[in-house]
Amino acid sequence: MASTPEKDAVSGRETTGHEWDGIRELNTPLPRWWLYSFYACIAFAALWVVLYPALPFSTGLTGWTARGSIGEELARHAAEQEPRLAAIREATLEEIRSEPALRAYAMAGGRVAFGNNCAACHGAGGQGAPGGFPSLADDDWLWGGSLSAIEATIRHGIRTPEDDQARTSMMPRFLADGMLKASQVNDVAEHVLDLSGRATDRAAAARGAALFAENCAACHGDRGTGNREMGAPNLADQVWLYGGDKRAIVQSIAYARVGVMPAWGQRLDTAVIKMLAVYVHALGGGEAE
Amino acid sequence: MGRVALPRAKPEGSGNVSLYAAHQKVYPKAVRGPVRRFKWAMLAACLALYYLLPWLRWDRGPGLPNQAVLVDVANARIFLFSIEIWPQEIYFLTGALVLAAIGLFAVTSLFGRVWCGFACPQTVWTDLFLLVERWIEGDRNTRIKRDAAPISRDKALRKALKHAAWIVIAAATGGAFVFYFQDARQGVVAIPTGSASLETYVFFALFTGTTYLLAGWAREQVCTYMCPWPRFQAAMLDEQSLVVTYRGWRGEPRGKARAAGIGDCVDCRACLHACPTGIDIRDGQQMECIGCGLCIDACDEVMHKLQRPPGLVAFETLANLAASDAATMGMPPGPVRQLCGMKARAPVRFARPRSVMYAGVLGLVAAVMLGAFLMRETATLSVLRDRAPLYVRLSDGGIRNGYTLKLANRRLAEPALALELVAPPGFQLLVQEAPLDEAGHPRLRLAPDGTTEWRALVSLPPGRPVAASTPLRFRLRDAAGRVQLDESSVFLAPERGSP
Repeated sequence: MASTPEKDAVSGRETTGHEWDGIRELNTPLPRWWLYSFYACIAFAALWVVLYPALPFSTGLTGWTARGSIGEELARHAAEQEPRLAAIREATLEEIRSEPALRAYAMAGGRVAFGNNCAACHGAGGQGAPGGFPSLADDDWLWGGSLSAIEATIRHGIRTPEDDQARTSMMPRFLADGMLKASQVNDVAEHVLDLSGRATDRAAAARGAALFAENCAACHGDRGTGNREMGAPNLADQVWLYGGDKRAIVQSIAYARVGVMPAWGQRLDTAVIKMLAVYVHALGGGEAE
Repeated sequence: MGRVALPRAKPEGSGNVSLYAAHQKVYPKAVRGPVRRFKWAMLAACLALYYLLPWLRWDRGPGLPNQAVLVDVANARIFLFSIEIWPQEIYFLTGALVLAAIGLFAVTSLFGRVWCGFACPQTVWTDLFLLVERWIEGDRNTRIKRDAAPISRDKALRKALKHAAWIVIAAATGGAFVFYFQDARQGVVAIPTGSASLETYVFFALFTGTTYLLAGWAREQVCTYMCPWPRFQAAMLDEQSLVVTYRGWRGEPRGKARAAGIGDCVDCRACLHACPTGIDIRDGQQMECIGCGLCIDACDEVMHKLQRPPGLVAFETLANLAASDAATMGMPPGPVRQLCGMKARAPVRFARPRSVMYAGVLGLVAAVMLGAFLMRETATLSVLRDRAPLYVRLSDGGIRNGYTLKLANRRLAEPALALELVAPPGFQLLVQEAPLDEAGHPRLRLAPDGTTEWRALVSLPPGRPVAASTPLRFRLRDAAGRVQLDESSVFLAPERGSP
């Protein structure tokens, strides 16, 4: 190779020495700043590989992880919320309900917690769903609609085996367990329909009344108005958890209905449960203590 | 074959046309005169307004910022003395910008590019930076000489001092910008002590950097290459607009003062040296001219020394220029030509279709905005009907709907309004947590300068036939019984026959 680069006669610039079909290539070196930026990028990349988890199974010298970073972020948010949650924990439910600042925080927090934990069964607005998911927005309650009753229900759940304070009631399976015959179940169902003025067979309803007094009134009351102490639903109103037509009522008497709800006290913070109680109370059916 | 001809593009070597114009550094010379005095006054006024406005206080009562002009991003409010703009009223800001644009068009059609020459931030800060440069490095000739000289202790010191001074001014500018968005008195402590937010430092650095770069380094290139305004401002100008012009009919032919048969222009290049964009005004109207009129002062000074009348370069209309030109056609240079040319001028016609139209549009927009502002509601009610559930069936068979009432109060007063429901008979209203007044209406107290939320439940007892959708209204009355707010919504019920 020639030691001195060849110069192009026309432009006066150096050539690379490459030649194709008589055409020679001019040497156009990269600008220096470009070259140095390129080197800087290489150095940066090398440093990055050493410091950060860039290769499989390597943790990097800094020990940084995406999961750890998220964890820190979450902890920071939790720390920011802590003073307000502590205030909620200390206040009584009635204080939270009546004090505007606490109430605003509890309603916002309750809405989020409801969406995360409750809406799957009870619906986004607490409207409930057919088949045993009660509406929390109406004025009918199985276990009571006061703030403290709602809180107890959320905390201990319904028929939760792990919680000995869980709301538990046991309706007998009248047909399945042989306590009533099929015709008697039909009669009781007619009577139950009669409680809300919808009976079609007066004779059967009259026969059912005696059976009702004997088998059902202990829990549901003489007039079928229910008993919140036992979680026995009101049978004389217009709200039916499992459907109010005769078929659904016969089914309920014959085989019973056993809804369940988790004991949220095992899963959620006290503050969250209190916020949920205030939120659910405000959905529309809240009652005084 | 089309040939591209660009100004300042110099052909190189083998006849190639270069599309790249190398930057010629402009060294503007200091001038004295009435235009320069006016420009100093504008500079002082603009800078004082910009730097001091955030420090002005305005008492708004407890819990609210007491800064007279503040764009409170965190709380979504714009405070402007006694005016407070909420996010949903941002159209007032749009209106103000439209007003500013039309105002700019109107002023430009009357007086030419006075915005560029006297009030544009680029001009004002460039002027300020030039002033500092002159103090430290001397006037035009000294600067040219020093720049050409090799580096020396004196040169390095002066350059360092100049850039340090520029950066201090730029930092003050960036700082003042940030103060329009946060409390100035807290910011002035927080920024130097390192306790301000990252956003604050980003914007502080951004505006410090752009000020230093645009006013210190880029200067006239911003006006020539970056700014769109010079490109279309010609559309606002006509032959009756006042523009900076060279009266060629009086100046030409130019030449040495003592030479015979020569016009008033002595070709001293004072106008050229004074120009902050480095153009020659004698070449006629140019896009680069920012209309600052410093060449007028420079030329008048020379004319005064030569004991000739001032105004060889002047704020003049193109119509008058043409009239003078026609009147003096073929006349030899001298006092007679001067007199004839000046006599041919007509008074400037400020009232002409273009300016009247701009003024009309300006007045119209201003009137619409003023009307909108005077009639703006100080409180608003919005009614959000629950979507889930659409309606609730009550245990007695009645139907209930839930609504969220949002009451926005833009004043500092805390009025209590009585809510009534305007609906067919039978509908009952309950507002959670609201006390009742003597007439049994819920009393809603509005928080000062804020939004209050109430949950209203409207129920219909069983046994009343109801349509699937019933319109109803929520009406708020003040203590005197006047209707203050009125908002409509609907009551939904299941279709008849469904469970």
